[in-house]
Amino acid sequence: MPAHEMPNDLKVIGKNWRKVDARAKVAGLTKFADDLVFPRMLFCKLLRSPEKHARILKVDTTKAERLPGVEAVLVGTELPIPFGILPISQDEHALCIDKVRFVGDPVAAVAAIDEETADEATRLIEVTYEPLKAIMSIQEALKTPEPRIHDYGDEGNIHKRVSLEFGDVDKGFAEADEVIEDLYYYEGNTHLAMEQHAAVGVWDPDGKVAIYSSTQTPHYLHRAASKVLGLAPSHVRIVATPNGGGFGGKSDPFNHEIVVAKLAMKTGRPVKICLTREEVFYCHRGRHPVLMWVKMGVKKDGSITGLHFRSMLDGGAYGSYGVASTYYTGALQTVTYKVPHYKFEGLRTFTNKPPCGPKRGHGTPQPRFALEIHLDKAAERLGLDPAEMRKKISVENDSLTANYLKVGSCMLRECIDKVVEGSGWKGKFRKLPYGKGVGFACASYLSGAGLPIYWNNMPHSGVQIKCDRGGGVTVFCGSTEIGQGSDSILAYVVAEVLGLDPFDLRIVTGDTDLTPVDLGSYSSRVTLMTGNAAIQAAERIKEQVARAAAEKLGVPAARLGFAERRVFDVSDPTKGMTWAEAVQVAEAKLGTIGAVGSYTPPVTHGKFKGAGVGPSPAYSYMAAVAEVDVDPETGIVRCPKFWIAYDCGKALNPLLVIGQVEGSVYMGLGEALMEEQIFRLGVHKFPSMLEYKSPTTMEMPDVTTWLVEGPDRNGPYGAKEAGQGPLLPVMPAIANAVYDAVRVRVDEVPIHPEKVLAAMRSASKRYGPKSMPAATWGEAIKVPTPWEGGTGKAAPGEVQKVQQ
Amino acid sequence: MKNVAPGEKVHLRLHVNGDEVDCVVPVHKTLLEVVREDLGLMGTKHGCELGECGTCTVLVDGQPILSCLALAIEVEGQEITTVEGLADGPELHPLQQAFADTGAAQCGYCTPGFLLCAKALLAKKGRPTRQEIKEALAGNLCRCTGYLKIYEAVEQAVEKVADLRIKNAKWPANPCCGD
Repeated sequence: MPAHEMPNDLKVIGKNWRKVDARAKVAGLTKFADDLVFPRMLFCKLLRSPEKHARILKVDTTKAERLPGVEAVLVGTELPIPFGILPISQDEHALCIDKVRFVGDPVAAVAAIDEETADEATRLIEVTYEPLKAIMSIQEALKTPEPRIHDYGDEGNIHKRVSLEFGDVDKGFAEADEVIEDLYYYEGNTHLAMEQHAAVGVWDPDGKVAIYSSTQTPHYLHRAASKVLGLAPSHVRIVATPNGGGFGGKSDPFNHEIVVAKLAMKTGRPVKICLTREEVFYCHRGRHPVLMWVKMGVKKDGSITGLHFRSMLDGGAYGSYGVASTYYTGALQTVTYKVPHYKFEGLRTFTNKPPCGPKRGHGTPQPRFALEIHLDKAAERLGLDPAEMRKKISVENDSLTANYLKVGSCMLRECIDKVVEGSGWKGKFRKLPYGKGVGFACASYLSGAGLPIYWNNMPHSGVQIKCDRGGGVTVFCGSTEIGQGSDSILAYVVAEVLGLDPFDLRIVTGDTDLTPVDLGSYSSRVTLMTGNAAIQAAERIKEQVARAAAEKLGVPAARLGFAERRVFDVSDPTKGMTWAEAVQVAEAKLGTIGAVGSYTPPVTHGKFKGAGVGPSPAYSYMAAVAEVDVDPETGIVRCPKFWIAYDCGKALNPLLVIGQVEGSVYMGLGEALMEEQIFRLGVHKFPSMLEYKSPTTMEMPDVTTWLVEGPDRNGPYGAKEAGQGPLLPVMPAIANAVYDAVRVRVDEVPIHPEKVLAAMRSASKRYGPKSMPAATWGEAIKVPTPWEGGTGKAAPGEVQKVQQ
Repeated sequence: MKNVAPGEKVHLRLHVNGDEVDCVVPVHKTLLEVVREDLGLMGTKHGCELGECGTCTVLVDGQPILSCLALAIEVEGQEITTVEGLADGPELHPLQQAFADTGAAQCGYCTPGFLLCAKALLAKKGRPTRQEIKEALAGNLCRCTGYLKIYEAVEQAVEKVADLRIKNAKWPANPCCGD
């Protein structure tokens, strides 16, 4: 709903409600995937590769099949059709056929009467491998074109290479007073959702199969499972069970989901799998390790004259979302600050490690870390206050960036003011005693990707509403509840439009048999897109009910109000009827009362190859200050206090928005100081929750959050995203605070104590990457900027094709 | 403890949430497995099955334990409380109410473990300080909330839990003669 049309007497929106599913959750009644039990259910275990990179010569399942209690054994040749989340990276198989590409790649599966028998059977499967050279890093991938991990991709073991130039970056540097270059490294880390992935395949003798799974993207799983199982989509049902945390880790279609469906088809019995925690570490799809180089030109007043950004991503063994991730490391730099000339070069390598994919912030925390530290360095070089400098270079409302991203509402300056004042920044920055410091960072994030993952011109989100004669309202939507409150958002929005209590409604989500398509819980898209679709559906219901009620009451429909479960004449509120009576009147007049609504994002502005990644209906903005204590003896960094001001457009429920902000600060703290997904001899160094250190109550800082609302015309009631953006400034704010505390730069995360000490001992007073491996970037696609008269198309001579 | 061979099935009589329940399970089954698979109490979750995350916490005689590290046979005869045993009939426990109202449960997966640890804390401390809450909950991981709403929920529940304790207190039959 456009902000200017926003009703000023909102009854539900903007209030602190509990979530509609909160009581079931605290009662322990929410059914997660592993809580499902079906009669005669079998249990599945996967045999995973112990090899990093090897040809499969032979898989012998004879002994496993003979083990009492084993009902079926499955090998890769039975599911030969490849799949993958992106149409351009269909490079995975449900079970490996010819080759394994990382330790943990699944090769065979067993369905047995219990987990122990299934586990024992996997040990009886004999696989003969012929090891191939394993490629374990970006550097190795670049200098080892053969053997190729995949037989597709841009070259050798380079999966994807991107080169884009908006304007003329050299011209920008020529206009600069200072040109600053540096290198940054962001180590990979993983989602670590508390719930391990689980799925149940259920076969229906009518030739249909259902997969109940902890997936964030039932629609994409529906497509992948139909394809691989060779069944019409009408014969495949995906039920996304409430996710026990997702953070992007359950956004890909997974091999185990397809395997249990196939095993259910083979045995005629329900088949369940629940991954062990160790297996979850190997499924991964988490944060890409990224090596980055930044060259930035700045004027004395802090304004950026040009930015050249290079990123090299360690993609792991499969494509996953990687092409999008690569573009995302370059897409959003321009959405926060004014950048007149911008060049981005990125590449993603294949390596023999678990595949990387999207984690909260998808591809943008890494460049944000680099950029915000770089700005801190620039501010120091120029003698400017880093907060003031950022305020000066903030993008404007309703502007178009160099790479044709359309900014709507932007309250970044207000966020900066709020956090500067609230944190006491001016009294602390460069003024605290040695060992204590404060750091500043800002960020912005998209509220849903402007384009879908596979090319189509259908809506991104659909909502259906059914009204019962008793006044009951059921809202159906394909969105997936992963803890963020997406079910609640549907309830709040529909209740607001129809004048009901949100707890009156029933919400049915994430079921491809029952609910209209929503693309899934990723890219911070759900509130904006399902919210808009729900408003449209609810307005259509309201229109039907109003038409009938108006006739009955003898007043014009336009004069009817909907509030407190009543439909009434606004000029005489005593004249009216209950909501249930109104629905009955409407059903008598019009037949069964129901309506659908849908949402499609606005047309994007860029028309060059790669323009599909970055556009969004709206961008959130945020500014943050971290305070740290650094022990100069041990190098241990603690963060006792964090302040963040956050422009989420309009908080549909401030309680939930603040929950997302605090959770983001928490997760960012882990990424900044401790979490890393690293490998030794191809094996995960610590695939357990204890050793993969994540923050506990003892590390979590106090967090002060301010919601600075700048309603966006594209958001439902002006709402923008809340789930991912607030993570982005955390890592650079902490890194900048470490510098303020002990005057050394740690230009990589996690900021381990030994890195701080190494920086303190070094002559450069810095710890971080020293070089970038040689790589050819290819000819850049040159796109004139809007202020050069550009239209969003590449300059003549370039391929003019929009690609995701 | 009974003397049985590995893998052998044993008959157990467990006291769970005030009920006495019988089950026949392999002797090596953990309390977590028995509670979920044999008793159907799916409210108890698992996050690692290695005693690292606190998700599977249940109370045994009022003390929080990691049910993934305890064998069911070890706790026979002791009073086991799972999240299903917190509510008083249809009435949620004040801690459950507070967790729901403050947004302390996002995905809700770690919530049962936190609730039981918090219940044990309030039984011991009555009115814990923020620092005591942090320390009591330090063995439970939550990836959604950043813990802050969980502290608020525990603090919000303090008074109501104290009232509940007074209401449910079992006075001696003859208080005058109490020793």
